[in-house]
Amino acid sequence: MSHDVLVALPIVIPLATAVITLFSYDSRAHQRIISTIGSGALLVAAIALLWTVNQDGILVSEMGDWPAPFGIAFVADLLSSLMVLMTGLTALTVSIYALGSMDPRRESFGFYPVFQILLMGITGSFLTGDVFNLFVWFEIMLIASFVLIALGGERPQLEGSIKYVALNLVSSMILLSAIGLLYGMAGTLNMGDLGLKLQDVDQPWLVTTVGTLFLVSFGIKAAVFPMFFWLPASYHTPPIAVTAIIAALLSKVGVYALIRAFTLIFTQETGYTHQIILVIAGLTMVTGVLGAVAQTEVRRLLSFHIISQIGYMLVGLALLSPLALAGSLFYVIHNMVTKTNLFLISGVANRLQGTYELKKLGSLYRYHPYVSVLFFVSALALAGMPPFSGFMAKLTLVRGSLEIEHYVIVAVALLTSMLTLFSMAKIWTEGYWTPSPAEVDGELPPGVEKFPGWTRQMVALFIPIIVLASLSVGMGILAQPVISLLVDTAEQLLDPGLYIEAVIGDEP
Amino acid sequence: MTSLILQTAARSLVAVLLLFSIFLLLRGHDEPGGGFIGGLVAAAAFTLYAISFDVPSTRRVLGIRPQMMIAIGLLLAGGSGVFALLTQDPYLTHLWYDLDIPGFGEVHLGTFLLFDIGVFLVVIGTTLLVVLTLSEE
Amino acid sequence: METLMALVVGALFASGVYLMMRRSIVKLAIGLVLLSQSANLLFFTAAGLTRGSPPLVPEGETAPPVPFADPLPQALILTAIVIGFGVLAFTLVLVKRVYQTVGTDDLDEMRSTDT
Repeated sequence: MSHDVLVALPIVIPLATAVITLFSYDSRAHQRIISTIGSGALLVAAIALLWTVNQDGILVSEMGDWPAPFGIAFVADLLSSLMVLMTGLTALTVSIYALGSMDPRRESFGFYPVFQILLMGITGSFLTGDVFNLFVWFEIMLIASFVLIALGGERPQLEGSIKYVALNLVSSMILLSAIGLLYGMAGTLNMGDLGLKLQDVDQPWLVTTVGTLFLVSFGIKAAVFPMFFWLPASYHTPPIAVTAIIAALLSKVGVYALIRAFTLIFTQETGYTHQIILVIAGLTMVTGVLGAVAQTEVRRLLSFHIISQIGYMLVGLALLSPLALAGSLFYVIHNMVTKTNLFLISGVANRLQGTYELKKLGSLYRYHPYVSVLFFVSALALAGMPPFSGFMAKLTLVRGSLEIEHYVIVAVALLTSMLTLFSMAKIWTEGYWTPSPAEVDGELPPGVEKFPGWTRQMVALFIPIIVLASLSVGMGILAQPVISLLVDTAEQLLDPGLYIEAVIGDEP
Repeated sequence: MTSLILQTAARSLVAVLLLFSIFLLLRGHDEPGGGFIGGLVAAAAFTLYAISFDVPSTRRVLGIRPQMMIAIGLLLAGGSGVFALLTQDPYLTHLWYDLDIPGFGEVHLGTFLLFDIGVFLVVIGTTLLVVLTLSEE
Repeated sequence: METLMALVVGALFASGVYLMMRRSIVKLAIGLVLLSQSANLLFFTAAGLTRGSPPLVPEGETAPPVPFADPLPQALILTAIVIGFGVLAFTLVLVKRVYQTVGTDDLDEMRSTDT
């Protein structure tokens, strides 16, 4: 297949799916089928893209045949295509989960079209090679996520979305201002061209100032310390399928943007900018996990964990060593799988016992051993226990940091993972081991269902969870190919010349 | 709101505005204008109708749900780029043809017109969706 | 001219942020509008204020006559304005729904989801 097709497909497929679901706006059944097929097609396209990029190197497609740096180029390097692949995977699993969990009212008010538009915004952000275009994809993604969070119109949802909308719009405006200043300085917006033109400016501090604006803007989107307060206030309010998809993907788009900007464009004064990122990363890890430890509601607890894990994802970027960066990228992938899965499992637990409050949950291990095993795997993976994916991610990151003798950040990371383990153990004991408050004399009162049986809905809930849990195990046991791919990715990122050459060509 | 003067004026104004919006849409081919601004003018026409009459009759006049209009528009705009993929060009490269219509002269037509019509429909659909939903409550 | 624009941008940013700090959600929405306008204006100013002719290449030549205005910032700002328009429409609907559901426009009373 031609390269232009491969690069365009991850954006065109969700768009087409959204259009077709809009055409069948009156039939929920049709929308469900189309949305699932569309997400599956996205995953297939993403696999093909990653395969080709891994074989042939960076792919560039110049939209509308306007040559870079004048037109908008879409660039698929290893990082972009890897992120697109993870988007496809999460999209497919959450689409299947949504079939069994989304309520009819939300479905008939356009859940599926908006979901697909959200996917389009995300893949677009990953693939674009133009800073202003990145802003546009961000906005598409944000508007879709605004709608998804507010869809249904329950009071907590609306309260959460006001905060979410306001802070994310502020971050977009900072981004727009920063792009304006960047254009005024360099006269171009193509990322590769910017990387080339900003390398030897005579006033590097001016570039760094603009870079800090980008750091703040992307930092708000990625929910890093001290700009994460919108996340735990809003992520736990919508239905669990929505929470899972935005938790898995949205803040990772922020992380992706940070990695892209600070390996390609703002590399003038790394001693200053990347030191800030390192400090932010450490503080984000610690504050996030401390917030999680204090929570007693499963979804809020997991929301705080997202923040804590964002910290790990930035350590590699701050250290700029191939191995540490590979570790951070492993964290991104691992987190997309594991965090999605934990949210999905907590949705199942809510389905079984009708609550997300740890105090009211209980006896899940006794009555639902399968759920418990799946939760156990994901929780240990999140806390970084061997042999699951989190352990390999952490090991790579720690080895990468030790190699260049950054002991403090290693200590912080290990402390954070202790606390993560503690809060996971809290869910395990409170929700799975202690007897349920509903029990009388060690037995469930008659009338309380133990398990609703394998209805079609339950199957739709369990398939994604089982797939994600086995991926988590698989990435831990067969870590070697994953790590070598990620080290390749990190090396490609740390050599911006490759990207610039692919986009601009050999001309100076 | 029912005002006889506004209603009488609106009837003719809506027709003129719609005609003007199509003029803007086609003018965008080679000169300033285009689908976006044309769509806004058309949406303004329907909004004027909604103000001077009422929302249900505006929906009747529209004859199609705004959501469907967005869907058709997205299909046209997104689909216009797919032709380029068939000829091994990057997505959204627009192809041009010179048609010779007897009795009319030569017309320079391209897939870009599809894109512009798509934008036109999406803009009308989105604006009306917001306006009609807000004024219905 | 640049100095004047810088002052205007600063004033707009300041008023936008001030309005966002207020407790009323309506003022929050107006603050967001002001912020987006000031970002657009900042973009416009930073990209260079030049008084020039439209960048149209006359027939038979390869470059437009200097001085010509840079069309790109205008196109980008137009895009940003359109996006701002969409976001604003959504925010207004949201503010209305919040007011209907919560029964107040005071942000301090919307704390049930905070942690």
